[in-house]
Amino acid sequence: MVAEPGHLEAGPMVPQPHVVRRRSRDTADTWTLELEPAGGAGIDPQPGQFAMLTVYGVGEVPISFSRIGTDGSLVHTIRDVGAVTAELCRTPRGGTVGVRGPFGTTWPVDDAAGADVVVAAGGLGMAPLRPAVEALLDRRDAYGRLTLLYGARTPGDLLYPEELEEWRGRGLDVHLTVDAGTRSWLERVGFVSELLKDVAFDAESTVAFVCGPEVMMRVTVGALVERGVTADCTYVSLERSMSCGVGHCGHCQLGPILVCRDGPVFPWNEVSGWLAVREL
Amino acid sequence: MQMTRDFVITLDGLGELVAGLRNRGYQVVGPSLRDGAIVYDELESADELPAGWTEIHDPGAYRVERRGDEARFGFTVGPHSWKQFLLPSRVRLWRARKNGEVTELEEEPPPEKPFAFFGVRSCDLSAVAIQDRVLTGGRYVDRDYAARREGIFVVVVDCAEPGRLCFCTSMGTGPAAESGYDLALTELLDGEHRFLVRVGSERGAEVMRDVPHEAASGADNETAEALVETARSSMGRELDTEGLKEDVLANLEHPRWDEVADRCLSCGNCTLVCPTCFCVGVEDTADLTGEVVERERVWNSCFSLDHSYVHGGAVRQSGRSRYRQWLTHKLVTWHDQFGTSGCVGCGRCIAWCPVGIDITEEAAAIRNGKEGVSDEGS
Amino acid sequence: MKALDQVVLESAVFAGLDDVYAEQLAGCSQTAGFDAGDTLFREGEPADTFYVLRRGRVALELYVPGRGPLTIETIDPGQVVGWSWLFPPHVWHFDARAVAPVRAVAVDGACIRGKCESDPALGYQLMQRFSAVLLERLNATRLRLADLYGGNSGR
Repeated sequence: MVAEPGHLEAGPMVPQPHVVRRRSRDTADTWTLELEPAGGAGIDPQPGQFAMLTVYGVGEVPISFSRIGTDGSLVHTIRDVGAVTAELCRTPRGGTVGVRGPFGTTWPVDDAAGADVVVAAGGLGMAPLRPAVEALLDRRDAYGRLTLLYGARTPGDLLYPEELEEWRGRGLDVHLTVDAGTRSWLERVGFVSELLKDVAFDAESTVAFVCGPEVMMRVTVGALVERGVTADCTYVSLERSMSCGVGHCGHCQLGPILVCRDGPVFPWNEVSGWLAVREL
Repeated sequence: MQMTRDFVITLDGLGELVAGLRNRGYQVVGPSLRDGAIVYDELESADELPAGWTEIHDPGAYRVERRGDEARFGFTVGPHSWKQFLLPSRVRLWRARKNGEVTELEEEPPPEKPFAFFGVRSCDLSAVAIQDRVLTGGRYVDRDYAARREGIFVVVVDCAEPGRLCFCTSMGTGPAAESGYDLALTELLDGEHRFLVRVGSERGAEVMRDVPHEAASGADNETAEALVETARSSMGRELDTEGLKEDVLANLEHPRWDEVADRCLSCGNCTLVCPTCFCVGVEDTADLTGEVVERERVWNSCFSLDHSYVHGGAVRQSGRSRYRQWLTHKLVTWHDQFGTSGCVGCGRCIAWCPVGIDITEEAAAIRNGKEGVSDEGS
Repeated sequence: MKALDQVVLESAVFAGLDDVYAEQLAGCSQTAGFDAGDTLFREGEPADTFYVLRRGRVALELYVPGRGPLTIETIDPGQVVGWSWLFPPHVWHFDARAVAPVRAVAVDGACIRGKCESDPALGYQLMQRFSAVLLERLNATRLRLADLYGGNSGR
């Protein structure tokens, strides 16, 4: 079964080698890797999708795309929380990692045309939302009011600070909050759902994209729904254990849902009942 | 589908059938007695079938016993199922150089010869069809499974004597197979020891050409039908599937889950013996030099904490939630995920549970407590 | 210039309040302004006034020796700054500082307490509104307490 490198008919379970083109530190424990194919064709991910990233000899983890490169490059923002993510964050420029994907459903950026869009991010949840924000701003005229609500632990934990400023200039109403601030922090201190109070949008024609820790999503969607946004126009991105990405390993079940196959992006009304059952 | 008239073959014919399949290049796999259990293994001849043996199943108990006759298929199902061959417990997915250069692509090479599964019970044939849907019926096809599955020759054996834990009639999977086989046998022990053969495919008909046989008489057919009918009405267990989905989902917080969790050891035996359980994980390893790395796919169980691990902790921390996941998946959410039940009624999980937890009993208890609980729980 | 009672009614916390009550509230109020960096009140000082924010942003700060001032909450327009005037000993628990130029309505706490004492209906109206805001803030504070974004809880 030995095949010539580059001539493999690789199935979806075989990671394709990619080279780290750039590596940058976002926060104390979070890094962004920019990858390019080591050979062969690249892949074409969409906002909201994820890849399975392999550190050869160590393991594999699901990581969302945190930017959609225009030149075939893949961008992932990774927090060091385990053996594989630690190795990924440590992979230097020129190092090799494996990529399988893209997998999963997407933020319905195109379907939201004509609507007001509220993007709400908590912590690392900003990473899978960045491609959605970029896509919205690329067609700024196609949407009504565009709002970003973003909460993090401290000002130093906010991802992509330069882009947040740039986005403000491109017509995105950016509201930031942290759990605790210092004198130099002039934005808000509070929970991300509280930011909704500051924001004007036409609830009936609003589409919301929400991503963050599960509790943050529950509370934020609750606040959105209270403001009149409908649950089926509110999308969340779920995180569950994933081993295959293709619906075959059984790990990512949430009741009737296979998160990798049916998600990770779901309209809230499809998942809220299942999320409400503890330890499901 | 009846492609030709049914045949009758003798014990010699059975031997010829195994030989004929081997001559055609199949690796014939079927039941044989080993270590006090009836297991599936390669058969070199029909002489290796567990002649004269039967099985006694009870919750948490399994043993083999001598029969008063020389029946070749006088038992039902042991600890093995055909997933051992189609979805092996450990398979190498790929091997690569440390720098990611893939030098060898997976394929724990698929078996050199296609399988002939000899003596497949109807419930297990349904289990294969269920795994087909899971692993090949969606957007992505599991290449290793598909390679192993490709071209298998299936010889079914209808059940005449269900075990004490069998409930295939409840699940609509038995006791006789109606399609999906190449040949189907019914063992006839009245008078001369013989087998009624139904042909289910062209391949089946072709194989039968070299096996000495006679045309089945009307009486043979009637005997066979009567045996299956008797089997149908003598199931050891029953599981009422009518409205089961709604009832289980309305009772996700039923106290019965706590009770069963007190008994459940979270050992995962039920998932190992289940012919449809498909959960797998991967293990990455490097050789001593660190230069050559590989990934293996291994069976996982939803009874392990690791199964639902997301950074920080497992979603399903309690034994209660893990048992609930397993039962709910089998009987309810499998339908949503794959358009079929995940349970075929073979009863293996009951026999091989060290504490004898009975899925039919648990399902009945869970659904019976719907009042009061669903109000609070939802 | 707008009448004070109208200004009071514009704030989220008092929106929909009966005109009669809004007038009573206005009777205890005056306008106030602060530049960015100004202190509205300081921990330990008598709490005799609260502010209904019209513009700007106010940070509630806790001075932590060795770390300096820590912003534990910010308050934006429409919301109320200060609750300690409601309950004895009427002393501020935190510092309040304008982050951005502030325009507000300053309400005399003792004055409004007196009116509430003599008109329990007004007291109940105000207490209901204050409680709702306090509960909302308490819940948001609890969520922050959970340190949801920490991410390393397993290590």
